[in-house]
Amino acid sequence: MPGSTPQAGLFSSEQVRAVARLTRLHLTDEEVERMRGQLSAILKHFESLSKVDTSNIEPTGHTTEAHSVMREDRATPSLPRDLVLANAPDKEGEFVRVRPVLE
Amino acid sequence: MPPASTNGHHGDPTLLAAHEARGLLARREMSSVELTKAVLERITRLEPKLHSFLTITADLALKQAEEADRRLAGHGPAPTPLTGIPVQLKDNISTEGVPTTAGSKILAGYVPPFDATVVERLKTAGAVMVGKGNLDEFAMGSSNENSAYGPVHNPWDVTRVPGGSSGGPAAAVASGECFLSLGSDTGGSIRQPAALCGISGMKPTYGLVSRYGLIAFGSSLDQIGPLGRDVQDCADMLDVISGKDPRDGTSLDSPAGGFSAALKPGGVKGMRIGVPREYLVDGIEPGVRSAFQRALTELERQGASIGETSLPLSDHALTVYYIIAPSEASANLARFDGFKYGYSPKQARTAWETMDMARGNGFGPEVKRRILLGAYALSSGYYDAYYKKAQQVRTLIRAEFTEAFKRFDCLVTPTSPTVAFKLGARTDDPLAMYLSDVCTIPVNIAGLPGISVPCGLSDGMPVGLQFIGPQMGDATVLKAAYAYEQSTAWHKMRPAI
Repeated sequence: MPGSTPQAGLFSSEQVRAVARLTRLHLTDEEVERMRGQLSAILKHFESLSKVDTSNIEPTGHTTEAHSVMREDRATPSLPRDLVLANAPDKEGEFVRVRPVLE
Repeated sequence: MPPASTNGHHGDPTLLAAHEARGLLARREMSSVELTKAVLERITRLEPKLHSFLTITADLALKQAEEADRRLAGHGPAPTPLTGIPVQLKDNISTEGVPTTAGSKILAGYVPPFDATVVERLKTAGAVMVGKGNLDEFAMGSSNENSAYGPVHNPWDVTRVPGGSSGGPAAAVASGECFLSLGSDTGGSIRQPAALCGISGMKPTYGLVSRYGLIAFGSSLDQIGPLGRDVQDCADMLDVISGKDPRDGTSLDSPAGGFSAALKPGGVKGMRIGVPREYLVDGIEPGVRSAFQRALTELERQGASIGETSLPLSDHALTVYYIIAPSEASANLARFDGFKYGYSPKQARTAWETMDMARGNGFGPEVKRRILLGAYALSSGYYDAYYKKAQQVRTLIRAEFTEAFKRFDCLVTPTSPTVAFKLGARTDDPLAMYLSDVCTIPVNIAGLPGISVPCGLSDGMPVGLQFIGPQMGDATVLKAAYAYEQSTAWHKMRPAI
């Protein structure tokens, strides 16, 4: 498995934990170690891109000539509240209920 | 010619092409209810072996079939080519009132309050929905082994993968569990499983089909498209689902439909077809290579002029993809927080814990890997080196294709370097898995149309031939693929299951 090479130091365990915190992903210690190895191998593979000369090349975000689309600002019916709330794991009246945000 | 043993579908209506079944319905030799019941029976028989469905909507299907029968009898709106035809939808396409999981635990129990645009259009056309197709979680994968609900098995050999991420749709169409299915293709997720299961599958030009209601993965790459038993069926489906949709800001101002009408036998005569040499290097299995060579000979015999071309930057497309797609995914998947729908941990004490645990327990390893990778590639200090660099190389890859299409009407390549591999063979090595899509990814990077059609067998397993066209050249690739298909019998192969 390419991810298990010990010298692959591109990604440290601390970096994996930091990105996991930012993306709100709870990882076990075992997952952190496995991700560290696999992500390092993938990042190493990414290095090949540096060989391509991209000076003065514009980045492509979208491939078609899509541009910002404006429509008339007109109110239209929204989804029925009952249907939308039916999916909420926890609710109170016409609200979604969540656990305390401030600890 | 395909071996006779794989061609035993005479007399079983579930194994016909949709346009052949349509004939039975139109001549009133069979009703849509009878056809739907036959398909539902086949699903019941095959699902223990294949697992291509996550939800089976038998009651809904029979109700829609009754409605279709009234329409076919002359009541209500005129029938369309899909009226009364049993179809499946990949389970990342939102269906009102029918669970939609995207193959993820985090969406367990979620029932969309609305239909995707493609679903609305299929309903209007009178198609019969038999259920939702299994897939790699959030369409991230090449083997369907990343589904949180268990893998799909290839109907040609159940010890092998069906490809991915539209593994359920491909296996279902190949085995007669439905006539057509809709998949999504971000880096090959329609074409690669179509190739590995011996059917046809098309990724249209980016923007031709509305993405409204498709659970987003990589928004600048995702495109919905048809999987069918042959090119005619794919074109009929594309006629129904394509066209401008104000609810998708990237939807193109293109006239809807007209693809089926453009098909004719011998359509490649005089066509200039390019073969990019970079697609035929190491890693291509000998059996795939020889099937591909035979296909080139056939195209030439039909009057196409075949020429070699070079797309040297294709080698970097895989890397560009594995920066751009996870980056976009890390943003798209931020909406899954455990509050509004789907899985929510009961034991969480704070809102933050709800999010951490919902995402930590709700997402599988490949999804977590890509979220971490994407967020990292977008983070300050690394953005220029990874994300921006990838977008710049993307510009160069597009330019390379544009250049090639000045000399050629379309390009052909193998769809995948290998035939279907064994379950478990690549699960421990993400990079080896990613290589399954090396021939299909550049097409998404450049937003082009591509279609895979069956072109032979290797090791008893189907091989796919990919046609790639310029942007908005959807009719061209369909025409070329149809002409090829009509001069061979590979599309008539059915797995003996």
